[in-house]
Amino acid sequence: MKSAMILLLARDIFTIVTVTFGAFFFLAGTVGLIRFPDTLTRLHALTKADNLGLGFVALGLLPWAGGMVALKIVCVWILVQFSSSTASQLIARLAQQERPRA
Amino acid sequence: MTVAFIVDVGLAILILFVAGWIVAVRSTFAAVIGFVVYGLLLSLVWVRLWAIDIALTEAAIGSGVTGALLLRTLSRISTVDTAQSANKSFRLIAGLFCAFISLAIALVIIALPEPAPTLAPEASAGLPAVGVGNPVTAVLLAYRAFDTFLEKVVLVLALVGCWSLAADRDWGGTPVLWRYSDPDGVLKFLAQTLPPIGVLVAIYMLWTGADNPGGAFQASAMLAAMWMLSIVAGLTRMPRTNDDRLRLTLVSGASAFLLLGFAGFGIAGSFLAYPPDYAKALIVAVEIPMTIAVAATLVMLVAGPPQRGGVS
Amino acid sequence: MDNFLFAVAAFVLGLLILGLVCVLKGSTLADRMMSAQLLGTSGIAALLLMATAVSEPAIIDVALALALLAAFASIAFATSSGDRQDQE
Repeated sequence: MKSAMILLLARDIFTIVTVTFGAFFFLAGTVGLIRFPDTLTRLHALTKADNLGLGFVALGLLPWAGGMVALKIVCVWILVQFSSSTASQLIARLAQQERPRA
Repeated sequence: MTVAFIVDVGLAILILFVAGWIVAVRSTFAAVIGFVVYGLLLSLVWVRLWAIDIALTEAAIGSGVTGALLLRTLSRISTVDTAQSANKSFRLIAGLFCAFISLAIALVIIALPEPAPTLAPEASAGLPAVGVGNPVTAVLLAYRAFDTFLEKVVLVLALVGCWSLAADRDWGGTPVLWRYSDPDGVLKFLAQTLPPIGVLVAIYMLWTGADNPGGAFQASAMLAAMWMLSIVAGLTRMPRTNDDRLRLTLVSGASAFLLLGFAGFGIAGSFLAYPPDYAKALIVAVEIPMTIAVAATLVMLVAGPPQRGGVS
Repeated sequence: MDNFLFAVAAFVLGLLILGLVCVLKGSTLADRMMSAQLLGTSGIAALLLMATAVSEPAIIDVALALALLAAFASIAFATSSGDRQDQE
């Protein structure tokens, strides 16, 4: 059953590649968190890069999940996208108030 | 040395670091933030220990209810001079005592016989008779349903005790969580979109708790967090403590349980007994008012004693 | 595959440790509030990876709860800090 084996191999490769991409974005986000000079820029690095990393990780895990579970993973990602980007607005406003920019 | 072991070691180091930081940091607000982070990390640890029901509860209570409680308390206490803390010998004794207790617990865990004594096989063996698939739910609502019933009563009593802290003239008033002026409407937007999702997830956790990890208490904590969110955003008003509907909701959980208990006399022979075929249906049926009542109780407990209200 | 997923989970947790150390030592309150955001993404990623590595879909429910509650925690931090009466 060569086609079945090729499919399985393709699935494994897809997962490894996308999850590694995700891990790379997490690394980028953490490096930004450590190296950026300012609260707002750190927040930016955290929210954008880490969320993208999460998206890639979730994408890579989809082939391993059954129908309902895959839907749940997608829902988790959409929820995190939406809520973290909006909640970070509130934190950013607070950071703005604590250190008013010139 | 498997990779999973490295994950566990990493989590353990992280937990210890955060715990140490919470104790050492100067600002109380920062310590509260650390404590909420600690709770969320702990839920990761529970997942690694294969206790997923507890992981759900820790996430929901630790960051939702307890976090809000600590934050609300912080916004109410007046300025405390952090330089004026307890004297050194007292802190040393407290620290030694805590270390001793931790060491004792660690030794007990390490010295447990192999296999550790457990009632899990018996609990699992009784599951088909009860009709639910999740042993935690079976324990909470079938084997030890009486304890769960008493817990609901205790919650209501705790709330009455909390309300009694108000001055006489404030009785019947409205408690306050905290205030936030929302210049851009970001909070309002969040409070309009997150709670419906949260309610859906809570209903899902309640429903799936019969056979999979989940259950009533996790659902209650989620509902409580969502309700608190809409109150802080100003979309819902905190109910007055002499509101009849609120009081009815608060006692409905324990009352439903009591009704079920007395019905047990008629349909199955003794207090809180379930008839064999309808056990699961009854369990889910009593969980619904219980969840709503506990959610309301949790929110009112976080909100604290009533304030600035007129006596009705 | 399980080992690979666990390895990535360990990596993400390592990044979480670094991130938390940096953020909790930060100088302003807003810095420290970001820790809830950090957990909301890294913690959820670690949970999803673990759920797939051990084939336990219930862990994804924990990730779902964590998503909602980390957001609630961030919101609670950011909105209650204005009402405080004590200083940093």
